[in-house]
Parts: sequence; C-alpha cells; structure tokens
Amino acid sequence: MNSVSLRTFGAVLWRDVFVTGREMLPFLAQVIVQPFFTLFIFGKVLTSIGYVGGNYAEILLPGIVALNGFLGALQNTTMPLIMEFSWTREIEDRLLAPISVPLVAVEKMLFGALRGIVAALVMVPVGFLILDGVSWPASTWLPITGIVVLGSLVGAAIGMVIGTSVPPQRINILFAVILMPLMFTGSTQFPWAQLDHLRWFQVVCALNPLTYVSEAMRAELVPHVPHIPIWVSLLVIVASCGLFGALGIRGFIRRALN
Amino acid sequence: MTPAVAVTDLVKRYKKNPKPAVDGLSFEVRSGEVFGLLGPNGAGKTTTVGVLTTLVIPDSGSATVEGVDVVKNPTKAHELFAVVPQRNNLDRSLNIRQNLVFHAQYHGVGRAERNRLADEILERMGLADRAKDKIDIVSGGQAQRVMIARALMHRPKVLFLDEPSTGLDPQARLFVHDRITDLRADGVTVVLTTHDMDEAAKLCDRVGIVDHGKLLALDTPAALTRSLPGSTTVGVTVSLAGVQPEAVADALSTVDGVERVEEVADGPSTSDSGQFRLYTESEPAVALPLVLKVLSGLSCDVTDLSIGTPSLEDVFIHLTGRELR
Repeated sequence: MNSVSLRTFGAVLWRDVFVTGREMLPFLAQVIVQPFFTLFIFGKVLTSIGYVGGNYAEILLPGIVALNGFLGALQNTTMPLIMEFSWTREIEDRLLAPISVPLVAVEKMLFGALRGIVAALVMVPVGFLILDGVSWPASTWLPITGIVVLGSLVGAAIGMVIGTSVPPQRINILFAVILMPLMFTGSTQFPWAQLDHLRWFQVVCALNPLTYVSEAMRAELVPHVPHIPIWVSLLVIVASCGLFGALGIRGFIRRALN
Repeated sequence: MTPAVAVTDLVKRYKKNPKPAVDGLSFEVRSGEVFGLLGPNGAGKTTTVGVLTTLVIPDSGSATVEGVDVVKNPTKAHELFAVVPQRNNLDRSLNIRQNLVFHAQYHGVGRAERNRLADEILERMGLADRAKDKIDIVSGGQAQRVMIARALMHRPKVLFLDEPSTGLDPQARLFVHDRITDLRADGVTVVLTTHDMDEAAKLCDRVGIVDHGKLLALDTPAALTRSLPGSTTVGVTVSLAGVQPEAVADALSTVDGVERVEEVADGPSTSDSGQFRLYTESEPAVALPLVLKVLSGLSCDVTDLSIGTPSLEDVFIHLTGRELR
C-alpha cells in the first residue's frame, strides 16, 4: 500500500467513523438491546427460577460477548454494503477515489469489525451488572480482547460475503435464513465439546466459525468446562478470516465493477 | 500532445446480451475541448463512459485518460478525472457540503484547502445557502449541481458528464450549460453524453455520433451538418397565375445545382400559390439566381423565399434511422 492509498484508506475509514459518531445512540441500541434480553432471560430469570443451573451464567456471558462481536461485525458490514450497492450506488464516490477496489473492500470489513468490537466490549459491563457471581480476572482481559478482535474480523469477512451476494430485494429473508442459523449454531449458549450425545448437531456447529470464537472465549474464561483446544480455535478463526476475506473481496469486486 | 481521452477498438459485452454494447469504438478527445458523444438510448454511450471511468471492464481494446491506461492503472486515473453520473449517487449519510469536503479528502486535498474550495464552489454553483441540507431533500436539478460541485473538488483534468441535462428544467439546464462553458474556459476537458441535439450543437467543439456501439461520424457540429447529402434546401412560394404546379416543379428541377424538387402540400392548396422545396448540392446561393430566372420565365411571382440548413438532428436521424429504441 503506497502513501496515496494509505491516505485515501484513512479518509474513507474516517467517513464511516464520522457517520457512526453522529448516530451513536441508534448504534448502541442496535447492539445492546437484543443481547441484553438474552442475558437477562437465560442468565438471570431462568437461573433464579431454577430451570437452569446456577453456573450457566458464566458459560453464557463469554458466548454472548463472542456472538455480539461476530454478529455485530457481520451485520455492520452486510447492511451498509447492501444499501450502498443498491440503486443509489452511493459507494461510487469511494470506488472512484485514488485507492484500489480491494482496499475499499478491506476498509468496509475493518470498519464492520470495529463496530463489532465495540458491540462485544460494551456487553461485558452489561453482563456483569445483570448476572450474579460472574467476574473475569484482569489477566484474561488482554487475550479476551484479542479473541474479540479476531472474532469480529471473521464476522466482518463473512458479512462481506453475504453483503455482496444478497440482492437488496432479498434483505428481509437474510435474517431468517442466514443470521438465525448462524446465531444458534455458533455454540454461544452451550459448550460445543459437551454435544457428543447430539453428534449431528455437533458437526453442524463445527462448520460455523462462530463456534471457535465462543470456544476460545470459554477456554480463557471458564477453562474447567470442556472446550476445543485454544490453538485449534485460533487456527480455524484465522483461516476463516483468510478464506471469507478473500471470497468477500472477490464478491465486492464483482459488485463494484461491471 | 497526449490526447485527453483516447479510446481504441473498445469492445464490451454484457452477460445475457448477445449484442455487444460497445463494438469496436475508437475516438480521441483533444485536451481542452468539449466533446459530445451523441447517440440514441442504448447506443453504448454510458458504457463507454463507464469504461473510461474504470467501473466497467472492457472485453478488449484500450482506453486512456491523460495518457493513463484506465484498465491497467485505475487508481492513477482516478486522480485525473471526475464523473457526474446520470443517477444521483451522492452520499445520503452526509449533507451537501460534507459530500464535497469528504470527496476532496478522499483525493488528498488538505483540510484548509478543501474547506476553502467547498465554499467557493458552493457559491459558484448557487448552493451556498443549501450547504447544510440533507441529500434526501434536494431536487433533481440541485442534486445535479451538487454532483458537478463534488466533481470539481479535486480539480480534475477531464470531466465526464453522463446526460448532464436529462430531467432538468430549462433554468437548471441553462445553468449547467453555462458551467460547462466556464470549465472549458478554465482548460478542463469535458466529455459529455447526450441525445439532445441542441445541447450538443451548442456546447460541443466536436461531436461523435454513436449507435449500436459503433462510431458513425465524428466532426464539429457545423461540419457534420454540411456533410449531409442534399444538405441545404431552398423554399420558394410563388403565385402560379394559371401555370400548373407540375410544370413549375419540372422547370425547377432542370436548374443546375438542384438535386431534387418537392412540391410542399400545405393544406388545401389555395388556388393561386404553390410552395416548393429545392434540395441543392452545394451552397444555395449558387443555384438561387438561376432558380429566380426560371421562375420569371414562367411568369410566376416569388412571394416568399427561405434558405434552410439542416440541423444536427437531421444528421443524427440520417445516420441512426427513425426506428424507436
């Protein structure tokens, strides 16, 4: 990347940050409300009634933080892309800036990931406030942040693939057909390693990159719960970033150029 | 001197369409001129501009802007040109002024410079009091002006305007025309596409007429109209005074320099006068004395005489036919 590209990359990224800055409240509402209710119902209500074991909250919170980062990044990459590539073609002004088209795609993913990271990190204090008896030792903060960053990047890469392959008129089925299955097969609400009595579902979950983000989080935070070895999870996350990132960039070029 | 724009043997096929949109197109635009690509809808004008502005990848042929190959080095080309598209593609998350300032920032214009330039250009485009308006509420004519303003923010050498006045009211159209004239005075090369003959004739130094992805003619508007066969006409109205109109037409068609005579059926022919249109080979002035002599020989008094030159529209229809697209 030469200096002109770098400068332009910065300017294009700044545009997205600038626009987000002015809609901070809607953004926070978008990323907090849904996971707040998940945590409250499953981690608080069901545990206090006694349907769910008391230590479930400490398994749930790492998964929800992983989910918020991954899905936040995915949605915040997919949605703007679908809008900007729809008939208004708002993205053209940036495609015509002195920067290569793949770098514009990288910027879109990086920005989506940034929003995912913020979405994940704001859930941590929210979780501590709602849930009883959950605390994360300071020594885990750094590795957790690293996992959140990687998880958000892979979410953004998958978001780029979806955003460049779903036509705008299909946006309504996106949630039902793509996001819901991703949410519930990502091992966010349960430890993957304990699914061995439900083998087919375990295999399905193993295909979802989110599983490895959740598992990596739990490997750090609740190491006594059976989990995938962290090096395997990290390897799969990084490989997924590469694979989906490359597919996403290819899709972006296909949409950008005729 | 390097041409501002050069297109050589350009071919572009879209999927699902067996006929190429651009089919071996070649032309050059000189630095500093206003060049018009004139053609019916679907002729390949917008595709050609799409290739030149790097968002359409050609199947073969080459295209350069200021000597830079737009296919091989699009990033460099982006610094040299700007484009005003047919559709409003302004950034709806930003207001009018922010659209300008961010565009300049993408192109590396420094902060103080881009702020100064934005104010100056907004003023020039008559948008100063709308600077903070949201894009959603601007009208079509204003959006067009904002897009031109945005295009000027990085001081392009070549400006592409795709159908710049389609859908604009006469005031907005004139305003856009005046700005194009200003740009030419500032030394910016302008390439515009249009199917509006008057616009092309008024604004363009040279015009390329395109249809079915091929170049049919390229010259100045004046030269194009001169090149039309039977290019000038003389209309004469005479009082017949008992002479048969056919006899007058026959006599006129014998005159040197007259290619063809048409009797103009103008409503129920009022007994006494006849109208004729004469197609001449060269300047009508050459044939005129003989025409008058023949008419006085028949004792027909001339009551009206007019010389018609064809418009660019006649050239256009002559080259592209009358069928609807």
